[in-house]
Amino acid sequence: MKTNQLILLFALAILPSFVHAQDKFGTRDGIITFFSHAPLEDITAVTHRVASVLVPATGEIQFSVLIKSFEFEKALMQEHFNENYMESSTYPKALFKGHLVPKDGDDLTKTGTYEVGVEGTLTIHGVEKPLSTKAELVVAPNGSITAGCEFHVKPEDHDIEVPGVVRAKIAESIKISVDCKYAKL
Amino acid sequence: MGIEWMYKYTLAAVLLLFGVPVLAQEDLLDLLGEDVAVKSYAGASFKGTRVINGHSLENVAHGVLDFRISHRMGFVNGGIDDFFGLDQATIRLGLDYGITDRLMVGIGRSSYQKTVDGLLKFKLLRQCDAGCSMPLTLSLVASTSITTLRTEQLPWYGEDREDYLTHRLSYNFQAVIGRKFSEGISLQITPGVVHRNLVATEAEHNDLINVGVAGRVKVNKRVAITGEYFYVLPDQGPRGPFHNSVAVGVDIETGGHVFQLQFTNSTGMFERAFITETTGDFFDGDIHFGFNISRVFTVYDPKAKARRKALEGAG
Repeated sequence: MKTNQLILLFALAILPSFVHAQDKFGTRDGIITFFSHAPLEDITAVTHRVASVLVPATGEIQFSVLIKSFEFEKALMQEHFNENYMESSTYPKALFKGHLVPKDGDDLTKTGTYEVGVEGTLTIHGVEKPLSTKAELVVAPNGSITAGCEFHVKPEDHDIEVPGVVRAKIAESIKISVDCKYAKL
Repeated sequence: MGIEWMYKYTLAAVLLLFGVPVLAQEDLLDLLGEDVAVKSYAGASFKGTRVINGHSLENVAHGVLDFRISHRMGFVNGGIDDFFGLDQATIRLGLDYGITDRLMVGIGRSSYQKTVDGLLKFKLLRQCDAGCSMPLTLSLVASTSITTLRTEQLPWYGEDREDYLTHRLSYNFQAVIGRKFSEGISLQITPGVVHRNLVATEAEHNDLINVGVAGRVKVNKRVAITGEYFYVLPDQGPRGPFHNSVAVGVDIETGGHVFQLQFTNSTGMFERAFITETTGDFFDGDIHFGFNISRVFTVYDPKAKARRKALEGAG
């Protein structure tokens, strides 16, 4: 009896560590661009310092990006973005934690191109919001994974205040695209 | 001994094997190791390249052209007859351009003695924000000014006196040293020397060593209160009717513009004029209301290529 219980407990104990011993994929130089289209001005910014980790077996995915790493075409825009809108000294990073939702029967550990759902929590400007979108995932035979995704974020959802005088210059909804090439960790 | 011990050990093992992976799952990003510190410098210590009259720690960015319009009305103690100074105005129009993020050139034209001034400003040290350790910013300013008044309009005009070009020139050298202490508070100290090629009397020194102090406190994201004071060191000969320069102001930022509203006892808006030739006595009501408007234009985008490449890579 005692021995049986012990074996059972032991088995239970080591089981999860096997489950989690899945291949993990990561990148440090993913790309995020955002695009704001407003009557008076179009604004684009890009960063190529996106950190992300993806676990195909479980679908877990996380992103972290340094707000100050976004580059704009105008130096003053970049200054205002950091100082007045994102307050990047107080909130240095934007984060996403969530998981991929593959279609029934899709196995993301196998080579192929998949359209997947993405569900999780997006943290921008210190404000957490649920995010649900779609992404395309290409699992290459050489073991690398490319992921692309597009979604929209409203500044007001994240308590980012846009004053009246510049409302014609900043879109109500900002398009964000993510492109990451993952390598096995 | 017995079964209790075994349970305890087993429990510990369960926690070890079961619990740890669950925790690790929370921060997958830790797998990527420590964040690579991206070297960056403290920016926007002041809203513009001038605190009010004098230079701030800031330069215009690479490829950016800053058009500055500065006005000083007459003395407010002129009363209603003078509409509190608004009947008169002294103006300086200036253009500053960032050759690099650290080197700025500028040119200006003031109505004060019809003066043209040129300047070079170089950020020798830059206060670190991340990935480095420099605690302060040190910026060197060299500027020169020349009055373009007609000979007979010159203050030193005399019928038998030769009008030498060199007499019209003056120079200014400053080291702006300061630090952005927090998001809202920046302070700087500016030792400098102004050299006048010609002074009014023999007893006056051509070189005047001076120290400026200036600071800004942000009220909110777009509004800040600024102040500056230039102290001409004593024992440098007679100063005539001149006072030290005092200025207090408010900076208001709206998109591409910065409006600076101020009260100052200085009339001129280039260094020789406000450091050595301020006639107003601030505490006697000799105060000018004034404003600076700064409008920036991105003339050249140094990072365009790199950004396009990144975007293509993404495509």
